[in-house]
Amino acid sequence: MLSSQKGQKGLVSVITASSVGTLIEWYDFYIFGSLAAIIATKFFPAGNPTLALLSTLATFAAGFVVRPFGALFFGRLGDLVGRKYTFLLTLVLMGLSTFLIGCVPDYSTIGYLAPVLVLLLRLLQGLALGGEYGGAATYVAEHAPVGERGFWTSWIQTTATIGLFLSLLVIITVKGNMSSTDFAAWGWRIPFWLSIVMVGISILIRLRMQESPLFVAAKKSGQISSHPLRDSFTKKYNFKFVLLALLGATMGQGVVWYTGQFYALSFIQNTLKVEVAQASQLIMWALLFATPFFIFFGWLSDRVGRKWIMLIGMLLAIVCYRPIYASMYETGLVAGGGTIPAVLVLDSASFWKLVALVFVQVFFVTMVYGPIAAFLVELFPTAIRYTSMSLPYHVGNGIFGGLLPAIATYLSTKATAANEIAIQKGLPTPYNQPYLEGLWYPIIIASISFVIGAFYIHATTQQSKKNA
Amino acid sequence: MLNRLRRLMGIGWMAVGIMSGYYLLVSQAIPKFQSGQAADKIPALIYAFILTPLIVGSFLIFGYYALKGEYDQPE
Repeated sequence: MLSSQKGQKGLVSVITASSVGTLIEWYDFYIFGSLAAIIATKFFPAGNPTLALLSTLATFAAGFVVRPFGALFFGRLGDLVGRKYTFLLTLVLMGLSTFLIGCVPDYSTIGYLAPVLVLLLRLLQGLALGGEYGGAATYVAEHAPVGERGFWTSWIQTTATIGLFLSLLVIITVKGNMSSTDFAAWGWRIPFWLSIVMVGISILIRLRMQESPLFVAAKKSGQISSHPLRDSFTKKYNFKFVLLALLGATMGQGVVWYTGQFYALSFIQNTLKVEVAQASQLIMWALLFATPFFIFFGWLSDRVGRKWIMLIGMLLAIVCYRPIYASMYETGLVAGGGTIPAVLVLDSASFWKLVALVFVQVFFVTMVYGPIAAFLVELFPTAIRYTSMSLPYHVGNGIFGGLLPAIATYLSTKATAANEIAIQKGLPTPYNQPYLEGLWYPIIIASISFVIGAFYIHATTQQSKKNA
Repeated sequence: MLNRLRRLMGIGWMAVGIMSGYYLLVSQAIPKFQSGQAADKIPALIYAFILTPLIVGSFLIFGYYALKGEYDQPE
């Protein structure tokens, strides 16, 4: 570990190398999502059931199945051969996949091969993302002094949000510098191509870094696990902490993260019908204002502990989501002159009010997410850390967070349909605010996670000290 | 006292697992299987054979461990 002034400088290099790479991986992962509508027209044109199947597979498999699988595959590799080379490999894999997505000819040129190639590349992206985060967080934490892990790993925690910010910024910039016809024809490929430049720089930085000192020490003393998967998930002593990390922390964190960033964007675009570019700008401002709080709460968690910062963030989200979204809806109504038009263009006051309401949600994200890397790292011993922390993180985020759009849409659609039936029958409508019904999913999941965290995470104090 | 509560709550977590499984199968997987649309088949399979066992299994095992006192702390 690095504690001298020279060490502090080295630690900044470690953070830079790790964070830039992780940020680029998030950027790569999000541009596919942000450009999903245009990608669908190029590779998965409507009206063809086979293409619809491939499109759904690309969406579901990359988010749900492949990410946890990547966590297992690369986590095992990281615990066997080292952190540095493993997360270098994930970076190369992600960069190449992203760049190649931008190069694949569309369906009208090469037929079915186009969507199949895009699907395969998207799966590789999910695999790489599953391996990247755990490696970066572990690598930084294992360089950081024990009492400062929250602060140093919080830089890694900013990368997912900044990656989303960067993806929106690049897309808006590219769109703004060409005609919409050119963007639809070939301009959408530029954000994918840009990735190779950023990944190249990041690889050069990462190649100069040393292996994690804790991993090197463990290897020298023969304390490396030869079967990290077996040791993580079949030995009760470790597996019970994997479950606790998932159900008491990452599950709640996952839904708070997705609600504060993606569901907010979806609600603004689809429910309030705010014009797409304005909706993206609005989210970007909120992300920009809130991002420093990741660092603040990471730093604070070194002083007052991680558990209650994360849990208070979850509790605030549980209590405030419905009032916040009700207020967002009211703001949309006011801006639309009492109704929600087909396309809503916000005036300045409504725009900034919505920025503030999204900011509050991202602020909750920073409380829950800022300290969680240090929390996860300290929960497991060096020998199986990469494997053990990666899986609950990607199941919590990929599965519990990733289910949010489907289940929230199901709940609000069901409520709207019930209201319509009641109106047809001349009965009072059962739901006053059907557009808020989707929020029950993150509220219930975060509530369960809060209770588990509050009652059981206390049990990890001894474990954390032992693994420091 | 708190340890006894942690153990008792273990039964609740197992119940949450079973309810989650019921919800995921009944409200998500089965309607997608029955929709007759090709695009719904993959999500239905993922819900039925990956997500539901994973979520239900996690809660059941966590609840069982809690009930057995695996998460007890010195009081």
